[in-house]
Amino acid sequence: MAGANSECQNGAVLDQWHPLGAIDEAEPNVVHVTRLLGESISFAVTPEGRSAAWRTRGDLAAGMPVDPESVAGTLPSRCEFLYVWTSLGDPPERSFEIPEFFEPDRRNFNACTIGLHTSAPRAVENFLDMGHFPFVHDGLLGSEPRTEVVDYNVHVDGDTNEIWATECQFWQPAASATATEGQMVDYIYRIMQPYSILLYKSCPAAPERMDLIGLFVQATSEEHCRGHMFLSLIDDESSIGHIRRFVQTIFAQDVPIIENQNPKRLPLDPQAETPIRSDRASILYRRWLSDLGVTYAVIPAA
Amino acid sequence: MIKLYDYVLSVNCYKQRLMMSILDVEYETVPVDFFPGWEHKGEEFKKINPLGHIPVIDDDGYILWDAHAILVYLAAKYDPSGRWYPTGDPGLLGETASWMLFAEGTTNTASAARLCINLGYDFDLEACQAGAHRLFRVLDEHLWFREREGREWVCSGAHPTIADIALFPDVVLSEEGGISRLDYPALRRWTDRVKRIPGFEGMPGIFPASQGR
Repeated sequence: MAGANSECQNGAVLDQWHPLGAIDEAEPNVVHVTRLLGESISFAVTPEGRSAAWRTRGDLAAGMPVDPESVAGTLPSRCEFLYVWTSLGDPPERSFEIPEFFEPDRRNFNACTIGLHTSAPRAVENFLDMGHFPFVHDGLLGSEPRTEVVDYNVHVDGDTNEIWATECQFWQPAASATATEGQMVDYIYRIMQPYSILLYKSCPAAPERMDLIGLFVQATSEEHCRGHMFLSLIDDESSIGHIRRFVQTIFAQDVPIIENQNPKRLPLDPQAETPIRSDRASILYRRWLSDLGVTYAVIPAA
Repeated sequence: MIKLYDYVLSVNCYKQRLMMSILDVEYETVPVDFFPGWEHKGEEFKKINPLGHIPVIDDDGYILWDAHAILVYLAAKYDPSGRWYPTGDPGLLGETASWMLFAEGTTNTASAARLCINLGYDFDLEACQAGAHRLFRVLDEHLWFREREGREWVCSGAHPTIADIALFPDVVLSEEGGISRLDYPALRRWTDRVKRIPGFEGMPGIFPASQGR
C-alpha cells in the first residue's frame, strides 16, 4: 500500500514524481544518497541514462559501485528533463510535458542544485512572485522605482490541472545573461505539480520563442528542500559557466529572503498571510494545493 | 591587470573582491564553474593551482592562492597607507595575524556549514554549526569589549585591517549555514560597520547597510 512504510503520510505528495539530482552530475554505476520526504533515498544511473532508486540500505552505501539494473526492491524511477525522478507512492504514468525541451537548437542543463532551509512550496511561491524583483534583484530582474506588477491572468487548466499565469510583464534592467539593456519582459508561469514550476520568458536571441527556466524542488523534509534549477535556453553565445553564474547570483539573492519567511511551512489558510493584488497567482497556488489534498510541507487550512 | 579566478557564491573569493573594491584596485574575474561543474578540480585548473581550490590571483604573472594569503598580498601591495596590513606596527601586525588565523576557524565552521546546506557538501553539519557558535561567542565578546574602549574593529587600531575582511563574509552569511546571530549583538553591530566602509560591495545574500540619514 502506498505510503504504508513512509515517514510522509500524505498520499497526494507520495504519489508525485520527485527529483533526486541531475543525471549529468551523478557518476554512472555508483550509489548516490540523498533525502526525500524525510527519508534517506539512494539512486544510481547507467551510462545510457537509465536509473534506479531505492530506500537507502546498508549493503549499498554511498559511493559503492552498483549496476542500477540489478538492484532489487526498487522504487519507481525515471530519467527525464535532466533529472532522476522517483516516487514513494503510486505515481502517474506521465508527470508533465515540456515539448520545447526536444527542440534541437535548445541548450538544456542544470544551472545548480541548492539546498534551502525552507519548505518546498515556499521556494515555489518565491519563484512565482514578481513583486520582489526590484527589491531583491536590484539591477538585474528589477529596479526601483519601476516596481509595478502589471495585472496578469491566472487559471487552472481544465485538462492538465496545471496552474498557468499568463500575460505577466515586468521591466527588467538585465533580464538574462545576454541582456545588454533594460527591457519589458514577458513571463508565463506554469505550475505542473505541487513542488515543480516552470517559467517561460522572452528570449533575447529569438523574439518569437521563449526561454524556459524551471525550479524543480526536492522536499527533503517538511522544512528543508533542494531546488534544482532547470534551464532550456536558446542562446548559442554564452558559455554554460557564464549562464550559471547569472542564474546562481539571482538564486543566492533569494536565499536569505526565502529562509527568513516564517512559518517555514506554507500556510494554506487564506487568512494566514495578507496578500496583495499582484499575489493572485500565489493565492491560486495555495488554494490548488488545498484542493489537491497536499498536507506535507504546508500548514493546511483549518 | 589582476585576474581573479572567481566563483560568485564563494565567501573566500568574495573576500578578495571586497578587498579590491575597498582599495579601488582594478581587476578582472575569470569565472570558474565551481558548482555544479567542479571546474576547479579539473586537470586544466590544477595547472593554475595544483591544490584545486579558489580563489587564485594572477597579478601580471605572479600567481597566489589561499584566500587569506591573497588578502595579505593585496593589502601589502595596494594600500599605500599601510593600515589594512599594518607592517609598521609590530603589535598591531601580530593581532592581525592572530585574527587571520581565527578566521581560518570561522571559514572551516560557519562557511563549511553553508556549503553543507546550500551546495550539499558532506561535512558534519552539526559539528560545523557548534564550532561556529563557539567562535562567534568569542568574537562577539571581544567586539563588545572593543566597543567599550571606543574601538570599532577586530584589531585594536583605529582603522580596519584585513582581519575584518577575512572574518566578515563568514559571519554575515552564517544564517545560510543555519547559524543564527541573534545572540551576538556586538557581532551584528560590527557587520553593519563593515558594510559602511567606503568602497564596500556585497555579494548575493548580503544586503547593503541602510544609509544613515
